[in-house]
Amino acid sequence: MDWLQNISWMALLKCFIAGGLICVIGQILIDKTKLTPARILVVFVTTGAILGGLGIYKYLVDFAGAGATVPLTGFGYNLAKGAIQAVQEHGIIGAFTGGVTASAGGIAAAVFFGYIASLISKPKMKKE
Amino acid sequence: MQKLGKQTVKFETPPTILEVASIVGPKEANGPLAKYFDQCLEDEFWGEKTWEKSESKIIKETVNMAISKSGVASTDIEYCFAGDLLNQCISSSFGLRELNIPFLGIFGACSTFVEGLSLGAIMIEACAQNVLCAASSHFCSAEKQFRFPLELGNQRPQTSQWTVTGSGAAILSKSGEGPYITHITSGKIVDMGIKDANNMGAAMAPAALDTLISHFKDTGRSPNYYDAIITGDLGHVGKEILIELAQDKGFNIKSNYNDCGVLIFDKEKQDTHSGGSGCGCCATVFSGYFFKQLKDKKIKRLLLIATGALTNSTSTQQGESIPGIAHAISIEI
Amino acid sequence: MKPLDSKKDYQDYVNKKSPNSPILKNCFNAFWVGGLICSIGQIIMEVCKSRGLTQEISGTIVSIILIAISAFLTGLNIFNKIGKFAGAGSLVPITGFANSIVSPAMEYKSEGYVMGVGGKMFTVAGPVLVFGISTSIIVGLVYLIFNTQAITLI
Repeated sequence: MDWLQNISWMALLKCFIAGGLICVIGQILIDKTKLTPARILVVFVTTGAILGGLGIYKYLVDFAGAGATVPLTGFGYNLAKGAIQAVQEHGIIGAFTGGVTASAGGIAAAVFFGYIASLISKPKMKKE
Repeated sequence: MQKLGKQTVKFETPPTILEVASIVGPKEANGPLAKYFDQCLEDEFWGEKTWEKSESKIIKETVNMAISKSGVASTDIEYCFAGDLLNQCISSSFGLRELNIPFLGIFGACSTFVEGLSLGAIMIEACAQNVLCAASSHFCSAEKQFRFPLELGNQRPQTSQWTVTGSGAAILSKSGEGPYITHITSGKIVDMGIKDANNMGAAMAPAALDTLISHFKDTGRSPNYYDAIITGDLGHVGKEILIELAQDKGFNIKSNYNDCGVLIFDKEKQDTHSGGSGCGCCATVFSGYFFKQLKDKKIKRLLLIATGALTNSTSTQQGESIPGIAHAISIEI
Repeated sequence: MKPLDSKKDYQDYVNKKSPNSPILKNCFNAFWVGGLICSIGQIIMEVCKSRGLTQEISGTIVSIILIAISAFLTGLNIFNKIGKFAGAGSLVPITGFANSIVSPAMEYKSEGYVMGVGGKMFTVAGPVLVFGISTSIIVGLVYLIFNTQAITLI
């Protein structure tokens, strides 16, 4: 358990608060605007990508770590960051390859585990 | 048959509701009306592989139960009016394909059951001896078609309603000891521009009001003529709205009015938010609860107004508002 | 009060009559569940980094693990209960993205493995990829043209 000694409790607290606050913004959107879940997710990923492109989201990631990368805004940021890095290396083709390359792990995992889950289990009625 | 006013038909020899049957799902079986239903299911699949097959089985078994309870041979039943909420009426078409009775599929959203009873009563008055009417809905198949996958972790708004899993069926007959369908008032489509698919009660309340007022105007009756005025599935939100709107138009229905969607679930314990909805809501609550009340003469004059939201997932996506409809029948014994 | 005079009057009347969501309670639950999910991500991140992995790879591992947990909980019919309790707290983190892929996959299994599971998997999450990826391409192209991230322009 040597990682326990390395863990920064301050970083964890920042992560908790920042991640929680991003979710609260989502909750206010749900309760006040009647946006459907799909639209909420789109708003977050697009906002993240734009803020990432503008170079702003980076500061939030430096501050909050996973508190900024785990919410879907972080997914958008990751897409934008990947596109910019790939443009630096490969020019115009990078704009098309960079985003998906950077987030390939997440997308592939979601597709794969989604398929597996649908193979082994069945929807059940919500009890409430 | 005699036409009263613009929207109402009065029957000279009122058809009898000979027998009814109702089957409900597990959540309804935990609700306050559980003991009145003929059969309560333990799980919502009922041994089938899909929600649609399960709903088809529910309507099929309900219809068979109504036929066997009535003692009328199925060969003596001349017409069947049935419908449900799914696209192109999957449950009634597939569930009743082996019934071998001339079949007239109908769609009136959640007002289907009363629409069926209205048409069935006309058919009896016209030529038939025995007519079957049925409607069904299923929470899971309705969620899948109209809202989200069941396993999606979303929150339901406070105004949303819970689609009833269940089916109700009734056999109408030319001769019998009642309860009788004495009047039908067919409603107009009323759209007050509500777009929120999670607030069906508010979308349907103006249609219910329109039919209610037309019924009183055409028949010359007033609200206190009835022991009970019951709407199909306005839920808690729609019920409050209808009471206020009716008050506004000079009809006081506070004391004898209730709603099937309010009655079928316990709002606090079952967390159903604004109450039940769906074709099955009005069909099961009438077939389960109110038919017995009529038979026992605890209620002698009932005005049943089934309400429907004539929406579908495509129109919602395209930003259309929700047209409401309501059909009323007056049942007396 | 004449709520039926016009559609707008009726809408205003309905808004007044409709109960609101308990927004304070919802926000509180969203805050702590969302914060907790991010913190789990942070801990996985720390573990990966302490084993000498790079920031990028660690980030990907965090995503994959959280997605796997979310898919697993969805398959066990548990995630929708968490979602009902936490609202945006479980929707906004990457767990919500995974849930929005797994739940239609399970629901449409009844329509076959190719067009049901395969075809309907992205009914909820598809737009996220469409808008996310498109935005990232635009960001890349803008960067290519101006050769800078906008903030450094200011």
